[in-house]
Amino acid sequence: MIQAVMLRARRLDLRSVLPVASLFAVLVPMVAVQPNTFSYFGAVMLLNLGVPIVFATLAQLAVITANELDLSIGSFVSLVACIGATLLVRSPWLGWAALAGCVVLYALVGALIEYRRISSVVVTLGLSFVWNGLAVLLLPSPGGTSPGWLSTLMGFQSPIIPAPLLWTAAIGIGGHFLLMRSSVGVGLRGVGGNPGAMRRFGWSVIRSKAVLFGCAGLLGVCSGLTLLGLATSADANIALRYTLLSVAGVILGGGEFVGGRVSALGAVLGAITLTLASSFLSFLQIAPEWQIGLQGMILIAVLSLRLVFRGKGARR
Amino acid sequence: MNHSESTVLGAPCDEALPERLLSVRGVDVKFGNVCALQGVAFDFVKGECVAIAGHNGAGKSTLMSVLAGARRANAGSVQIDGASFECGFDANQARTLGIRCVFQELSLCPNLTIEENMRVVHPQLKHFGWRKRAGAIIEAQLDAIFPGHGLRGTDVVGDLSLTQQQMVEIARGFARVDTPVRLVILDEPTSSLDKYTSEQLLAYIRQSASDGVTCILITHMLEEMLHSADRIMVMRDGKVVSTLAAANLDKEQIIRAMGQFVEGGVTPVQRGAETNGAAATLRWKVGPGKRTSIDAVRGTIVGFAGLAGQGQTALLHEIYAEVRKRRSQQAVAFVAGDRRADGVFIDWTIAQNFDIRRLYNRGSPTWIDGGALRGLFDTWARKINIRGAAPTENILSLSGGNQQKVLFARALASDADLVLMDDPMRGVDIGTKLEIYALLQAEAAKGRTFIWYTTENDEFAYCDRTYVFRAGKVTRVLDRSECTEEALLAASFEELTS
Repeated sequence: MIQAVMLRARRLDLRSVLPVASLFAVLVPMVAVQPNTFSYFGAVMLLNLGVPIVFATLAQLAVITANELDLSIGSFVSLVACIGATLLVRSPWLGWAALAGCVVLYALVGALIEYRRISSVVVTLGLSFVWNGLAVLLLPSPGGTSPGWLSTLMGFQSPIIPAPLLWTAAIGIGGHFLLMRSSVGVGLRGVGGNPGAMRRFGWSVIRSKAVLFGCAGLLGVCSGLTLLGLATSADANIALRYTLLSVAGVILGGGEFVGGRVSALGAVLGAITLTLASSFLSFLQIAPEWQIGLQGMILIAVLSLRLVFRGKGARR
Repeated sequence: MNHSESTVLGAPCDEALPERLLSVRGVDVKFGNVCALQGVAFDFVKGECVAIAGHNGAGKSTLMSVLAGARRANAGSVQIDGASFECGFDANQARTLGIRCVFQELSLCPNLTIEENMRVVHPQLKHFGWRKRAGAIIEAQLDAIFPGHGLRGTDVVGDLSLTQQQMVEIARGFARVDTPVRLVILDEPTSSLDKYTSEQLLAYIRQSASDGVTCILITHMLEEMLHSADRIMVMRDGKVVSTLAAANLDKEQIIRAMGQFVEGGVTPVQRGAETNGAAATLRWKVGPGKRTSIDAVRGTIVGFAGLAGQGQTALLHEIYAEVRKRRSQQAVAFVAGDRRADGVFIDWTIAQNFDIRRLYNRGSPTWIDGGALRGLFDTWARKINIRGAAPTENILSLSGGNQQKVLFARALASDADLVLMDDPMRGVDIGTKLEIYALLQAEAAKGRTFIWYTTENDEFAYCDRTYVFRAGKVTRVLDRSECTEEALLAASFEELTS
């Protein structure tokens, strides 16, 4: 009996410990190198840019839950930022309508992928060029302004605990309850786990995928707007790197590409880890031309650590 | 479509007349040009257990998926509570009517916990506290069917063994959430259960039948049918050919009705006596701390027995790794039992699934010779009677038992002189089983060695030596002469009693 309890505790641990461990693996040396990061303003500076990445990662999480992959999230976030910097300022109604249209389009793409059984990689890769083209049409050269309310919102300073930390915590807990704990979320994750069985029991897989892609679109809009609020101007290529960052964040957070095994809290931690990792490299005064490569190395190291953990689990 | 009538109809029950629960009338199901079901008609009575017998691909699973609302019929109707549903109903209607199905290919979501899987079948579990309610219901149901199961509602299904998953799936079928359960369909429920848990299940089926729940039991184990069923419906090629009363019936009669009577059956032959010396014996040191030693004389069949999930599969994997590692003279092949997880390549055709092992034969040519492979496939397809789909169709278009046959053929058609079999008879019909037994004996006589883990105790009659497992260790080694049902059962529970 005791043995069974121990086994269960260990099983739980291995899966959820890795995102936390990798976060600390980045955080601890960073605080050691640059103690100022631990202060209020240090944390604000570091984590501010993490908020849009967290949103983008959760958008990717929604898509991966459905056993699909979204390669267009980076250019979609850029497009949202461009819409926000142009249409939303000039004529707010048109801007909101355009954003709502984007979310609906996302949901339709999800339905189409399931209905025609097309590979989501192909569809979203194609879409990424569409989003990018629209963004360039709206904003041919970097510029635009963020709406006043958005800059105020992102510049908000909370007492004692830094605002971005509050944001990410709220997003993470909200995502966790919606996807992992709510009865609706269970139905959506079931589609990733065994779509055939869900169909047999009378669930509509098309609808579930549309909902998940719609959520991804909504989170992508949040990501684009928060990014615009922080940057105060936009660019058609402002968030292209989010595509890979979001995939890496989900996997780092304990998610799997197939099988609907995801963790919302883990994904948030993964996104923060990746944000911190890039700042950490700057603190080490590594030349910018080496930084991207090193970031990749860190990613490979952490992900292979995960494989080691999983291999152990399988052998047991 | 008026479901509220059902309770009114059910209440004034006339004990003398058997009360009809559900009738099937003239149901046809077509897959393209293939007729899976043709004019099936049957009446299911309240509180009885109907067993369905038939060869692989006879249409048993198709009929069940029509009753469970997972598939619509092309013609015909299903009548229940005085209402008639043209071409069957959908899954939600089936649920409100109290019809549940335990599918052959498990339909649990491995990424969800046991209680979350309850919600998948019962969408009405959704308001605050649904987790707790779902957990309480499923745990109570597991306690009722499999006392001492050791599972909890918060366990993630993917972490459980195949046997435990099957137990959860069965308990989910019987669990009552709001509408009373009136008909439970069990498609090969015991295929991954051992003898002990199977008996717990069969006892529960009898008990719930006396409480008025109708059960439909699809199984290839004739003994289970005779023990637990009231009537046996025999299907052949998509039609119901006869209905037999289970009382005073014997196995031969069922087999004859299925059209699979094999004259005299297969008699186990004695062999291996003339081989001598250590050179003819394969030996592995395996298990935790390499303390378990498994000996297999070349050209014999070695059985792995014991309750399901006592480490037999893990040991087979270990032996496989050992043989591959040593770069020894032996070539090895593996027949998987959990075919979805480690048997079939689900995106490949039937022929590709068959060919794959042969491409790794010693000295096989660099370039694939399509013609030779096709010829070989045809030979084997005839030999063990793979039917239901063309070789170029996807492997999943075959019925479960036929898929298993492909896996068998894959191993036997290779150059392997050691074949490891991980409970390979799951879902294989009795006629094919007898053919495979004969084939195994013939191959063993030619010098092939077989290691055979099975949960069916009568199969050890074909084994020259049987290792009985308990908690990952060998508790006893039985020679053919000692290998009786009682000895096996006693050895399976050895640690519990001592």
